[in-house]
Amino acid sequence: MRLNRPFPRQSPNMPLILSLLAVAAGVTLIVATGLGPVAVSPVTTAKILLHQIPALGGGIAQTWEVLEQNIVLGLRLPRVCLGMIVGASLSVCGVTMQALVRNHLADPFILGVSNGASAFATLGMLFGAFSFLGTYSLAISAFLGAAVTILFVYAISRVRGRIHIPQLLLSGVAISMMMDGITRIITLSAPNALGLHSAESWMAGSLAGARWAYLTLPLAVLVACMVVLMVNHRGLNLLLLGDESAGALGVHVPRLQKLLVLVASLMAGVTISVSGSIGFVGLMVPHFTRLLVGGDHKKVLPIAALLGGILVVWVDVAARLVIAPEELPVGVLTAVIGGPIFLWMLKKSHRGKA
Amino acid sequence: MRLQVEDLSYSYGEQEAAAQVCLQVDAGEFVGLIGPNGSGKSTVLKSIYRGLTPDRGRILLDGEDLLSMPHRKSALKLAVVGQENEVPFDFTVEEMVAMGRAPHKRLFDVDTPRDRQIVHHALEHLGMERLAGRNYRQLSGGEKQRVLLARAIAQESDFFILDEPTNHLDISYQMQIFDFIKRLNVTVLSAIHDLNMAALYCDRLYVLSGGRVVLEGPPEQVLTPENIYRVYGVRSWVALHPVTGRPAITFLPAGIQTETWREPE
Repeated sequence: MRLNRPFPRQSPNMPLILSLLAVAAGVTLIVATGLGPVAVSPVTTAKILLHQIPALGGGIAQTWEVLEQNIVLGLRLPRVCLGMIVGASLSVCGVTMQALVRNHLADPFILGVSNGASAFATLGMLFGAFSFLGTYSLAISAFLGAAVTILFVYAISRVRGRIHIPQLLLSGVAISMMMDGITRIITLSAPNALGLHSAESWMAGSLAGARWAYLTLPLAVLVACMVVLMVNHRGLNLLLLGDESAGALGVHVPRLQKLLVLVASLMAGVTISVSGSIGFVGLMVPHFTRLLVGGDHKKVLPIAALLGGILVVWVDVAARLVIAPEELPVGVLTAVIGGPIFLWMLKKSHRGKA
Repeated sequence: MRLQVEDLSYSYGEQEAAAQVCLQVDAGEFVGLIGPNGSGKSTVLKSIYRGLTPDRGRILLDGEDLLSMPHRKSALKLAVVGQENEVPFDFTVEEMVAMGRAPHKRLFDVDTPRDRQIVHHALEHLGMERLAGRNYRQLSGGEKQRVLLARAIAQESDFFILDEPTNHLDISYQMQIFDFIKRLNVTVLSAIHDLNMAALYCDRLYVLSGGRVVLEGPPEQVLTPENIYRVYGVRSWVALHPVTGRPAITFLPAGIQTETWREPE
């Protein structure tokens, strides 16, 4: 006997869900900015933020200390904004990957993208291999690593002009292991201990180094990819029906698959370059989004972006509070939370088939 | 003539799944594609509906080269109800049917009230409007197939390609779906597993064996005991049915001896 699923699938109220999430994101922005080893009250945070808006700023009396303002504007706010962007990018990237491989267990890291990025980034960090690229050498080297990996995996998994999904998943696993091995070799032969420490904390996934300058590239990539995906939301839906049905309903399947690979690697690469590997977000968020609004990508994409942004910011808050004044890398926390959820989904998807 | 397939070939690696297949479908015809498992029925249909790209051959649809047509354009002319009917995520019945509107949409188009109206009409047509908000994945096989048929109707094309859509369905659903398609008065090219079904509904049949067209013609010419033995290797007894006027095929188990049956040379 089959029991009905517990969630209501009668058309979800999109305007309500979207506005609730937007409000939640706003509250998160203010509250999370105040939280940390040095707490700033939400009211003060809101005042400091409003003060920055030229039209409103004059009307607000400066009742806070300069230190608080420096913490809020110089440290916390860029970090919270980066968390939002990273969370949204990882979630949207997860949605994209899952549509591409037609499986809800796919995630941005399944193709070895994160390990590829790590390998290249550690190479840059420890040996200065990419120092000619200047300030952004870390970002660019990680992105290069991600791009190289995904192109490699993509080339291997192409059979007769189409992406062969089992091949894609397996070559992803193999290349991810290879890249992991290369990363270990690089770190073990590292010439200096300081670089090693920063490489390790970067690999664990952290938003601690957030600066305003880091936001531009990931934000631009997120917005551009989001536009591309929203424009193609019907194609994404159709792709879930299988290559043949999608082709029959007017989708040029190989072209759309290539586009999705490009979008996914771009988002994953750029995100990883600023935050290290924060795992499981791209897996959990799309899953819960679909429980909320169903599978239609027109709804899934914006909601997953908002949910992902909010989630990562709060996990990051936890990361800086749990063992304060020390910090946990946020990637460690998402792994600890996300791992069991992944296992639960794995178990559940098995039961669904039986 | 609406569809003309010339010299179509496709191979999976070494194995040739379709070889020099030629067939044609005229306006308003209900043409059946029959043959044993692995005879290439699906391969031929998939090549026509852009599910795969043939190695060789030419396909003309309304006089235009189908293979060089943009996918969206061919999807406007051909509606497909296929074997694939699973989705990995939760979609409502309404959302599934709305996917049939996709070929009518350019990249920046939004869904209009007219689209919703067409979707509801299609569901109404099949008596499924009550299920509009239901989760597609919780439906029974027959209901799913009807949803996919509604999707094809929402596509608003007058040429249907059916890739064994009634496989594994109860006889009531099989009849329901074929009766329904027959009433639509569209041109149909369908792969059919069940020979009696093919005899009942098709105007003309193509018989595939080993990827080649071995026979073609109206059901009463094609479905003879000799032909059936040659293609399927089973003995049968065929008579024109007094009510339907169509060939009715009875397959004969090894234990039964009849005088009407003799093995063809």
